[in-house]
Amino acid sequence: MIYLTRKVEFSASHYYHNPALSPEENRRLFGKCNNPHGHGHNYVLEVTVAGEPDPATGMVIDLKELKQILEREVLAVFDHKFINHEVRQLNGRIPTTENIVLTLWQLLDGKIPGARLHHLRLYETPDLFVDYYGGRARP
Amino acid sequence: MMYLTRRYSFSASHRLHNPQLAAEQNERIYGKCNSPHGHGHNYALEITVAGVPHPATGMVVNLAELDDFVQRTILDRFDLAYLNDDRDAFRAAVPTTENLCRSIYHLLQTGFQTAPVERVRLEETSRNAFEYAGESEGE
Repeated sequence: MIYLTRKVEFSASHYYHNPALSPEENRRLFGKCNNPHGHGHNYVLEVTVAGEPDPATGMVIDLKELKQILEREVLAVFDHKFINHEVRQLNGRIPTTENIVLTLWQLLDGKIPGARLHHLRLYETPDLFVDYYGGRARP
Repeated sequence: MMYLTRRYSFSASHRLHNPQLAAEQNERIYGKCNSPHGHGHNYALEITVAGVPHPATGMVVNLAELDDFVQRTILDRFDLAYLNDDRDAFRAAVPTTENLCRSIYHLLQTGFQTAPVERVRLEETSRNAFEYAGESEGE
């Protein structure tokens, strides 16, 4: 099994707010991230797929094809968007890095021909990132 | 299951020296790291917590709580310190980055109650890194 990783970057804004909680509770829980006008990040997403190299091409997946899938499923949805207002795929979840990873997994899982989605790592900043293996424990 | 990693940095000095060994042996084992007045590094510390996002917050861990704990328990203690002076951590252990990594893991395991700490990764330089995730059974 070969693991192939492709990296994409997108810039987006968000804020944290749970409408079921009072404004005071939101401010206490989320601090500066509760500012309703949002704030932005340069997100970096690493997508790792697993598969066997095709005997004819030597490739797990054609990188050009993977790039197009990521442009369609990730960049078109998230890049230069205010996530709370424009990314309906979040389904009302608070756009934390954790919930964005869950959404990205749902967007990408099963969309990569010939390979299996194995791992996503999403950097919100260079000092904060989330790893997700589709709910499985880290191998 | 999801893994959230936060990255911190601190600077500290140390001297690798085992008082139970002869001077020549220390010099042979530790080389330049045995220099009597010590030397320093800019350490980079990665702390990974594991869990599922809380439904109300969308977070595996509230970063403000993790940051506060790490500041009080780890950075205030080790940043700009001479590690050999830390009697609790290094009374019986040489302050290698292996031992520092394990000490930090135990400080988190015993003191941080909000979310389970899965692993600690400590970079001594950009070329040396150490990871500790506790002992598995039988080790």
